Amino acid sequence: MSYLLLGTIFDVPARWLDAIVRVGLITLWMTLLVLALTYIERKVIGRIQQRLGPTRTGPAGLFQPVADALKLLTKEDLRPRLADRWVFELAPYLVFVPVFLGFVALPYAHDWGIRFFDLGLFYILAVTSVNIVGWVMAGWGSDNKYALLGGVRAVAQMISYEIPLLLAALSIVMVSNTLDLRAIVEQQHRIPNILIQPLPAFIFLIAMLAETNRNPFDIPVAESEVVGGVTVEYSGIRWSFFQLTEYSALFIFAVLGSALFLGGYQWPAGGRIPGAFQPWYGLLITGIKAGMIIVAMIWLRATLPRMRVDQLMSFAWKVLIPLSFVQVFVTGLILVYSPWGWGLWLGLTSGALLAALFYAVKVGAQRLGMRRPREERLEAVRQLTAGRGV
Amino acid sequence: MTTIDQEFETVSIDINMGPQHPSTHGVFRMVLSIDGELVVDVEPVIGYMHRGGEKLSENLDYRQGIGIQDRTDYLGNFNCEHCYVMAAEKLAGIVPTERAEYMRVICTEMNRVASHLMFMGAFGTDVGVFGTMFTYAFRDREDIQRFFEELTGERIMYNYFRVGGVAWEPQIGFDAKLTALIKRLRQGIADIDSMLTTNEVFVSRCKGVGLISAEKAIEYGLTGPMLRASGVKYDLRKDEPYSIYDRFDFDIPIGEHGDCFDRYAVRLEEMRQSLRIVEQALEQMPKTGPLMPEKMPRMLRIPASECYMRTENPRGEYGIYLVSKGGNKPYRLKMRSPSFSNLMALREMTIGEYIADAVIILGSTDIVLCEVDR
Repeated sequence: MSYLLLGTIFDVPARWLDAIVRVGLITLWMTLLVLALTYIERKVIGRIQQRLGPTRTGPAGLFQPVADALKLLTKEDLRPRLADRWVFELAPYLVFVPVFLGFVALPYAHDWGIRFFDLGLFYILAVTSVNIVGWVMAGWGSDNKYALLGGVRAVAQMISYEIPLLLAALSIVMVSNTLDLRAIVEQQHRIPNILIQPLPAFIFLIAMLAETNRNPFDIPVAESEVVGGVTVEYSGIRWSFFQLTEYSALFIFAVLGSALFLGGYQWPAGGRIPGAFQPWYGLLITGIKAGMIIVAMIWLRATLPRMRVDQLMSFAWKVLIPLSFVQVFVTGLILVYSPWGWGLWLGLTSGALLAALFYAVKVGAQRLGMRRPREERLEAVRQLTAGRGV
Repeated sequence: MTTIDQEFETVSIDINMGPQHPSTHGVFRMVLSIDGELVVDVEPVIGYMHRGGEKLSENLDYRQGIGIQDRTDYLGNFNCEHCYVMAAEKLAGIVPTERAEYMRVICTEMNRVASHLMFMGAFGTDVGVFGTMFTYAFRDREDIQRFFEELTGERIMYNYFRVGGVAWEPQIGFDAKLTALIKRLRQGIADIDSMLTTNEVFVSRCKGVGLISAEKAIEYGLTGPMLRASGVKYDLRKDEPYSIYDRFDFDIPIGEHGDCFDRYAVRLEEMRQSLRIVEQALEQMPKTGPLMPEKMPRMLRIPASECYMRTENPRGEYGIYLVSKGGNKPYRLKMRSPSFSNLMALREMTIGEYIADAVIILGSTDIVLCEVDR
């Protein structure tokens, strides 16, 4: 109500103030969230690695993220002398703002969310993919070969994995017949979509890892290869924008995944909770599901080696994209032609396709990671070095 | 409208990997020429760690020189010490005592396990595991180091071997502690095995990467796990048994293809074999007896002579060429370090692979820059 009051005093249209308050809410929520996520990640990875994680700052190291944030704020903002000034300085915001915008449409519970619109799913997927521009700007503007490599890698990877991500979401949209995230969630009050569409759920999880640049797809920022990739020349507050982006994107995809596949705030038993408790119940189970996805991603990060660039690309283009197209096609066929209802049939076919995916991974690993033969690569090297007497 | 019919030309760019790159294992620099992700050329640049160990040894007597050997290869200290004291013994005609020989074998083999554990951790990080391999490997390596600290008083620079034997008696409860340690290490090695060997991502990253054939490996003078991974069964402990290695029963693991995965697998198996040797040595070792020969001169003087001594270090064949012109100091000491030769094959292995492969190929050679530059 306060904004209405302010509106009458300062003569500002109430909806503008409303928007400002909501933006403030997102900012606050996102900052707290990123602090919490970094703390959780460090603790969980610490436990996996037989360490304790942060313990010194505050009880059980709880203030460690705050200390880190303060350190980043006070660090010098360095810019390489030959860097392209505007490109370099604008890039972190271009990486960050799209992900920030993605927060607008997330459904936490029936009435808990910043905004709900009919095209919620479309909006999130469209807006979060814009930050590819920021990555390539950061890579190009830094005047650093490692950053350039990282930027090129990031763009290739994010564009490739956008497609399976969208196709996985599309299969769900076909089943749900809507792009409204609330409607998608509320249709799952009995059976979560992961049972009907297991393959898109897995593809979504994999593509989500690639979109957020996390292990085993942290190729653009690979510490042991390109030393942090595009972030290599950034310091202080600009660097922290990349960090904010990474964890915010992680959270967005976790909530989105739980809404699309795990029944969001509705499943299980969402409809049978008395009205007054429903939002709290919704928040609780959304939190649990998103938390599970996040912990799973942290777990993967702590245990899996990194893939190579060509493996990553061929995995996307030769395995994930064909399989998701087949899934979309099969879903359409069953939805239109199946005379006996579609839930069970969809689950069965999608499960079979999932088995095909696992088989492809197994075979791919056995066939030396699906890459060009060594002779061919050496021939390319010979052509390149022909005039140089190497 | 005009169309662009001109073909775009790509140029390769040079990037400096190192000497401050997280995965160059010390101060080592690779100048990579890359075309996209493809490595077109690579030039290793060494020498950042040169400390003149060979020259220093000429000014130190035979007891002090052992300290230089510790600092040559900071992961295989005991192995280097072993080579040095054996060379001096050979020239001086001293026969080490029986019990000291067993102590040396136990120390060197445990050191080999510690070194290979270090490799496992570092290699895991190179392949991209976020530190987990490293902490697991270091848990076990730390156990070994604690054991060595009790034995020698030092965590890394042990300085425990002497010409003629070893410096002092092992700690109280040596046998029981070592037995318990071996048991823990077996478990630790099994952990590493289960985490990496069957992991699809790891296998697809390592198989067929950094190939070097047996002929090429011999041409480049590769030794140790690098050579054995290419399928050459060559191990000085078997082929030219020094010390008392002819008394133990152990296998030499070899690879088939000579790729990064084989190098990893060979080292993993070597750790198990080393533990076997330690167990047998512990069983056969006399429980009491002198650790140094009865009559040792206060200051060791070696008559004018020269010899070449070589041992099988964790990284390969470590050799010492020792020249004496009489007196208590070596006239010349030349070290043949395995890392140096292994590193020279980097170019052969890396050209035509991708940048990410260059990192793990370097990791799989398991170099110690102190030893390369000496």
